[in-house]
Amino acid sequence: MADPHEQPTRQVREIFLGEGTFPQPPPADGTENLLVNIGPSHPAMHGIIRIFAELDGERLVKTDVEIGYLHRGFEKHCEGGPYNNAMPYTDRLNYVSPLINNFGYASAVEKLLGIDVTERCQYIRVIMSEISRITDHLTCIGASAMELGAFTVFLYMIKAREFLWEVVEKVTGARLTISYGRVGGVKADLPPEFEPAVRQAFQETRTVLDEVHKLLTGNRIFVDRMKGIGVISREDAISYAITGPLLRACGVPFDVRRATPYWVYDRLDFEIPVGDVGDNYDRYLVRMAEMEQSMRIVEQALRAMPAGPVNVDFEGRPFTTPSEYVDRGKLGKTDGLLLVPITLSPNLRGQERPFHQAVNAPDKRAVLPSKEVTYGSIEGLMQHFMLIMDGFGIRPPAGEAYFAVEGANGELGFYVVSDGSDRPYRVRCRPPCLPPMAALHRMLEGGMMADMVPTFGSINMIAGELER
Amino acid sequence: MDGSAILARLQERFGAAVLATHDHRGDHTAVVDRGVVLDVLRFCRDEPALRLDMLMDLTAVDYLNYPGREAGPRFEIVYILYSVSENHRVRVKVGVEEDDPVVPTAVPLWGIANWYEREVWDMFGIRFDGHPDPRRLLMYEEFVGHPLRKDYPMNRRQPLVGPRN
Repeated sequence: MADPHEQPTRQVREIFLGEGTFPQPPPADGTENLLVNIGPSHPAMHGIIRIFAELDGERLVKTDVEIGYLHRGFEKHCEGGPYNNAMPYTDRLNYVSPLINNFGYASAVEKLLGIDVTERCQYIRVIMSEISRITDHLTCIGASAMELGAFTVFLYMIKAREFLWEVVEKVTGARLTISYGRVGGVKADLPPEFEPAVRQAFQETRTVLDEVHKLLTGNRIFVDRMKGIGVISREDAISYAITGPLLRACGVPFDVRRATPYWVYDRLDFEIPVGDVGDNYDRYLVRMAEMEQSMRIVEQALRAMPAGPVNVDFEGRPFTTPSEYVDRGKLGKTDGLLLVPITLSPNLRGQERPFHQAVNAPDKRAVLPSKEVTYGSIEGLMQHFMLIMDGFGIRPPAGEAYFAVEGANGELGFYVVSDGSDRPYRVRCRPPCLPPMAALHRMLEGGMMADMVPTFGSINMIAGELER
Repeated sequence: MDGSAILARLQERFGAAVLATHDHRGDHTAVVDRGVVLDVLRFCRDEPALRLDMLMDLTAVDYLNYPGREAGPRFEIVYILYSVSENHRVRVKVGVEEDDPVVPTAVPLWGIANWYEREVWDMFGIRFDGHPDPRRLLMYEEFVGHPLRKDYPMNRRQPLVGPRN
């Protein structure tokens, strides 16, 4: 067998090629086009992107987009550990709306297992995904407005995002690296003060959106720099597999939430905003309208969400700490111990058993037991160990499944292949930002150098999703 | 159109070149012969009843040491197709042998195939015949090997490469 790491000999080209000949032959009048590197360390290139551009004056004749080296080895790492261990890696795919990535991956594994999560959990996933979508759009619009000089808008948007992130923090315990999804459910139920907190945050967000509308939507400078810039046709967008706000700005009403409804989206009433030209201004308007729709979805879901099961009977034995529970077990008084709710350390708050059952699937093959059961009974401990130990764990039958959710930037798909063991054989993430990046040169070429900034900003490129 | 109807349509059109079909967990999948994969993709895209006009995803799976597949081809290329107008999905897969890892390119059919195929070449070392721009997408040019192959160790290190000139 040949050494698999050996590469076939290929010519390393000094000047990279885009689609076609590059650089262009010099014009007949004796002038020459200028080759310029924009990025990777440039204030308008978010992160590690390099655009290698051929300029004729200030006009972009030809561009080549490079996505740089931000490598954590997401897919390789997922293949190296048990199913639930991939959850922290999915957090880091999209660092402005990590909850959607969590739930997308968890749903793909659930599809592979053939289990359904509880209804309350589906509502929680919808609510948290929509809140994440709002934070994502706020960041995108705020950042691109700032790059056009509208710094006030950025501050307002980040203020609104802060209110929403506080809600996320209340639920998950973290703001960025939330790791809230679980195969078969979520980590814990919503906290009791959740609903008023969301309403308060939405009120603030709506105020901010009103202000931003007044500042931007009719603003002469903003409109002049956004309208007719970065246009991509409907055919090109479909050929480049662009989804999300960029596709909807071209007038295609494709939204995974509506096209192939998952969780409880088919029970909720919402509209899919579309544009018609497919330029930067339409993308801005689509995102602004989507945030309003997301808030509408959350408010409906909060009204429709079923409550968890009734608390179990205390039977006159109000144990409060695990140590009392253990003491009672040592004395041999084990009658009905499993029914007794106990309170754990505050670090594990939100793991109370009845809530755990409300938000997680009742499938012992996949779902970790609540901490009360784990620490309070030998059956729970054994089940926990079996799911955690190497070689046991979640074992979906051999096969493959693709599950798509509507991420903030478009279709976010997870393709998971199982070989029947407790670790995924292959995890593939279909990132929503890779296709627009692949089509970026089509949006840039022929435009002005300065238009690159709003066009690139409107893509909302998230580098964490681009790498494997 | 129902997923199983799409598979039946493909079988009717391509006959024995459709090697297998299945709908595990509701994902309708056709495994096709490498020789006709481009025809199948073009048929899926252009046939009025199918109109699978979006190449939603293209990736590969390395089935090295996969239990029960010791005999088959080592790699599989997976095309996930979606129809924006008809709202249906189908998956087309093609097996690729280790000693001849070449697949015809889908760039003439979809613009996005350009980057997806560069990525598969980069990560798995599967070449796409006729690709207009076959260079690495994610790793640097001097990188040796293909990281997502199963025999590429997770903790392997490679020397740092200085500036090119």
